[in-house]
Amino acid sequence: MKNDKKLINEEGRRLDGRRFDELRPIRIEAGVLHRADGSCYLEWGGNKIIAAVYGPREAIPKHTQNPLKAIVNARYNMAAFSVEDRKRPGPDRRSVEISKVISEALENVILTEQFPRTMINVNIEVLDAEAGTRCAGLTAAGVALADAGIPMVDIPVACAAGKINGQVVLDLGKEEDNYGDADLPVAIAPRTDEILLLQMDGHLTLDEFEQAFELAHKGCLYVSELQKKALLEKYASIAEEVS
Amino acid sequence: MSEKKRLVVIPSQYLGETSRFKPGHGAFIRDGKIYAERLGILHVNGSYMNVIPLKGRYSPIVNDFVIGIVIEPLQSSWMVDINAPYPALLHTEEVPWDIEFGETARFLNAGDAVMAKVLMVDEAKRIQITLNDRNLCKIRGGHLIDVEPSKVPRIIGKQGSMIALLKKYTRCRIFVGQNGRVWLDGPDHGIAQVVRVIRLIEDEALRFGLTNRVEELLKKEAKDVEYYEKR
Repeated sequence: MKNDKKLINEEGRRLDGRRFDELRPIRIEAGVLHRADGSCYLEWGGNKIIAAVYGPREAIPKHTQNPLKAIVNARYNMAAFSVEDRKRPGPDRRSVEISKVISEALENVILTEQFPRTMINVNIEVLDAEAGTRCAGLTAAGVALADAGIPMVDIPVACAAGKINGQVVLDLGKEEDNYGDADLPVAIAPRTDEILLLQMDGHLTLDEFEQAFELAHKGCLYVSELQKKALLEKYASIAEEVS
Repeated sequence: MSEKKRLVVIPSQYLGETSRFKPGHGAFIRDGKIYAERLGILHVNGSYMNVIPLKGRYSPIVNDFVIGIVIEPLQSSWMVDINAPYPALLHTEEVPWDIEFGETARFLNAGDAVMAKVLMVDEAKRIQITLNDRNLCKIRGGHLIDVEPSKVPRIIGKQGSMIALLKKYTRCRIFVGQNGRVWLDGPDHGIAQVVRVIRLIEDEALRFGLTNRVEELLKKEAKDVEYYEKR
């Protein structure tokens, strides 16, 4: 998609004043819901997302049960008021796809063998959207799963990179996503650097792809630290005030 | 218990080398290193690195005493919810009553609660429970409250010290199921008091010297009651 909209100025500043390798401000809070087994509230720039985890519990309908491991059902949903024009509620093509890729990313970090015949439900509600909701949703889901006490080998984290006006940048904002040239969401398991999710929209040359991936990877590692801090803040604070 | 800080660990946190330690509960090995697999508190027992979960579902262990709620009566058994990821089976052989085939619903019906013991858990995580043990029965009357299963040991206390304390001061009958369900029976104000104290224990489960603090609180409240009763 070619266009003439200027997204980055001569000084290398973007529309919201960020440099090419800067993230939007991120805030993560663990354990915000009482009824869920685990939960997380996350703000990533203008994105506001709540993730809630239920389970492991007996999988229904019964034919979906796997006698060897748990199944992971992530459900990504955008609220009707999350975008400028009202979004028609309910699952659509896009949210079904995102639910699927997030489920598969989570399946690879959760120790599903420990809970045969069960399912783990992850609900990701996008309350306010401003580009990069799948990354934000997956990041929130990772914290919510840890908060639910579900055994995992890693806390998954995601971050996107992209290309605007021919330059590779980290973490696209709304205008950058709409008028940019490419978007590359990446999710990794930060301990092992394994890739859990990799999608691309638009066109990148091989060199640009490598650059973008490198940026997104660095972004992931940074966000991962924030995730860990949020969890430790919530639970270490209990341990501290008490001891 | 030593007066040192409890270390909270999160999944994938590095705990130590396999050359020095072994992974216990809640820990796993990758490439010769031990990592935590869940959110919890690090507990080093000899050479074993254990992570005691802070949150999570109850995972049934044989001989645990639990409180179950009947989901449905079957022809010769009942399905019982014991707060685990799986329903538990209670067979007619495992109850103290003589039951004819197909008459299970006359003894226990959906929604009834039982105190039970975990009889068997197999590798496919099929669970069987039994009522054939001391003091196990169908629950009639009283209150059931839910707590976090990982906090149950704190509610019971060392050798039952906490629970003995509660019983002494509130004159309530209390049964704590390992699966995070607590049954209470007794005078209304006693029950209210127990619920309050249990919530306090849940909130401050990591505090050292909790039993003493709870005793002080109960003593103080007991005095207040005496004071008002005298008036």
